Amino acid sequence: MSTTDPVAIFRQEAQDLLEQIEQGLLDLAHRPADRDLVDAVFRGLHTLKGSGAMFGFDALAAFTHHCEGAFDKVRRGEAPASAELVAAVLAAQDHMRALAEGREASETEGAALLARLHAAVEGGQQAPAAATPAETTWRVRFSFPADALANGTRPLPLIDELREMGACEVRALTDQVPPLAELAPAECRLGWEVVVTTAQSRAAIEDVFIFVIDDMQLEIEAVGPEGEAAPEPQAAAAAVPQAYAPAATDVASEAASSARTARQGESVRVPAERLDELMDRVGELVIAQSRLKQVAAGSIDPNLRSVSEEIERLAAELRDTMMVVRMVPVSQLFGRFRRLIHDLSRETGKVIELVTDGEATELDKTVIERLADPLVHMIRNAADHGLETPEQRQAAGKPAAGRITLSARQSGAEVWISIADDGRGIDRARVRAKAEENGLIAPDAVLGDSELLQLIFHPGFSTAQTITNLSGRGVGMDVVKRTIEGLRGTMDMTSEPGQGSVITLRIPLTLAIIDGLLVRVSGDRYVIPLAAVEECVELSIEQDLRSAGRHLINLRGQLVPFIRLRELFDTGAPPDPHQKVVVVSTGAERVGLVVDQILGDHQTVIKSLSTLHADVETFSGATILGDGGVALILDVPHLVAAGQRQDAHLRVAS
Amino acid sequence: MASVLTVDDSPSIRQAIKIALGGAGHEVVEAQDGADGVAKANAGAFSLIITDLNMPVMDGLTMIRQLRAQPAYAGVPILFLTTESDDGIKAQAKAAGATGWVTKPFQPDQLVRIVNKVLAA
Repeated sequence: MSTTDPVAIFRQEAQDLLEQIEQGLLDLAHRPADRDLVDAVFRGLHTLKGSGAMFGFDALAAFTHHCEGAFDKVRRGEAPASAELVAAVLAAQDHMRALAEGREASETEGAALLARLHAAVEGGQQAPAAATPAETTWRVRFSFPADALANGTRPLPLIDELREMGACEVRALTDQVPPLAELAPAECRLGWEVVVTTAQSRAAIEDVFIFVIDDMQLEIEAVGPEGEAAPEPQAAAAAVPQAYAPAATDVASEAASSARTARQGESVRVPAERLDELMDRVGELVIAQSRLKQVAAGSIDPNLRSVSEEIERLAAELRDTMMVVRMVPVSQLFGRFRRLIHDLSRETGKVIELVTDGEATELDKTVIERLADPLVHMIRNAADHGLETPEQRQAAGKPAAGRITLSARQSGAEVWISIADDGRGIDRARVRAKAEENGLIAPDAVLGDSELLQLIFHPGFSTAQTITNLSGRGVGMDVVKRTIEGLRGTMDMTSEPGQGSVITLRIPLTLAIIDGLLVRVSGDRYVIPLAAVEECVELSIEQDLRSAGRHLINLRGQLVPFIRLRELFDTGAPPDPHQKVVVVSTGAERVGLVVDQILGDHQTVIKSLSTLHADVETFSGATILGDGGVALILDVPHLVAAGQRQDAHLRVAS
Repeated sequence: MASVLTVDDSPSIRQAIKIALGGAGHEVVEAQDGADGVAKANAGAFSLIITDLNMPVMDGLTMIRQLRAQPAYAGVPILFLTTESDDGIKAQAKAAGATGWVTKPFQPDQLVRIVNKVLAA
């Protein structure tokens, strides 16, 4: 990265920034009161100015400084984001672009633009100026990890920084200091309590600790005056004893509780493992609750039943709340890929546009982290194999810039993430040839289109004619598929020759608790994830007999293959007279599962199987039932694949 | 006034750091990669090290680990340069013993502010 000319890097950066600013300005024209937009435009201008100055674009920096100044006024509430101002800055964009590219820009034009800008800001001057924020007294308690000193963290400059914010009272907390005999001089065992009165916000105080905030104990609370800040202990720290609860806090919390709900960005930082612990407890609670439900169902005591129902409702709500707490927007994930696209476009010489959609969609944080690598791989594949060179694209009558679209949306208890490119699409003939060459399929095998595309996910498959350093040696897609399945998700691929390919991932919202359908096969109970269930129908005796050869049922004119779980699990017991078919699906594929009885829905706390059972494919986990029994959770993607395969074989055989 | 070692394979970045910190009254010594950084660190006594992570010969993480293993550099603030707010690399660098980071691109006054944040008077 640092071998390239920093000026060239800056030019690219300036392009991106200008685009961002333009987007912000255009949005601002519709929503002039949106503070986030104002901040975003201001930040963009600020960065442009700063980087410009750093790499010698003095004219750009000087000019941008004026635009930034104007927006700073808007930010501080001294001027409105009027239509004239937005128009003036938009007009100034082209000028900035010219300066960033090092083109000759007319000075008179620049001066005219500045004059217009000036007029736009001054025109709005009569707008009510925002009141200067009142001073708030904050109580800041903090302590560092024991090895902080060894890693170069110095508490003194941090305390000095707090001192600069306003009147300060500093007190050392010595309760964690061990007896002299055990004292290790290099360890940091002191804590501090600083009471500071300042006009600065909570965020500004957090900023003081930016380098260590993830590892340290930090509590910030407002102790008065009863201003806008709600007293909310920051990361309720276990190690710092809560010696006293100031009386002022209670009064303030009454007054501020309404303000608190309105305030955004007020958040608490909690270590992820503490959330995991809490999630485990919720899981245990759900299991205990289903036991209670079972006991209540066998009782005639109406009080017991009503308590049981109440607790069932609360447990379900607690579970939902808990899940929401763990959710983060996928924008966190998508945001990382802009740079990747930029690098890919440089490495491949292709022009690539990244379009994202549905960035506000939320997913469990753990899931987001585990999705990052697979997505990088798929985006690399799309850029490397999918998109054509600009010349090829133009020859095919497409725009020179290839487009990769990342989108996310929620669908029931799943989030669908798709990676689409408008490239050349999958070459079926080449996939087939490659698969035959690698011995994955027999030369004359009959394959459906989706089966053919599924071959791409097979270990050791790669159609790239030359191996580039981008997408590697075909050790990718099977790993991607395994990761997605590890998240209990599924992946689907569609591709139109000449139009591009779309890979759709369907990921469950959370990993820990799901809604399940409890069924019985012979004497044992199993859970089918409810999200995968489409419908349940009865398998009549006639249908049962008629379908003896080929396992197919007719579902409103469509033939759906089915699997007899009784046969799969080799129970040996005779079937119930009224068997049921539970139709499950992954993407476009459907399969029926024949069970003896449907018992009802079940909040399923997923326990993973031991490593000894890691290669058992039919089950994705187990759960504990209300009566203490265990039910295995069926792995739907695997069963659907097995059912489709079985049907394909029968089709070929007949 | 402190003695600062700046380790980066990009001369322009080293220059930018030198100008910014020189202007604030610090003395700046340059090293061009991690190995050079370790050698220069051992030859002198620095009260702050600012290093890039992605460098030839020896990368920044390795250098930080090596320096932290030496008694002379236990407790000396080490800042690393990072281009994006990549939490992964931040966590790695902090695990290696880094004190904090500077996000590129930076303005001279930003750098001075960050340096003052970790340098005890």
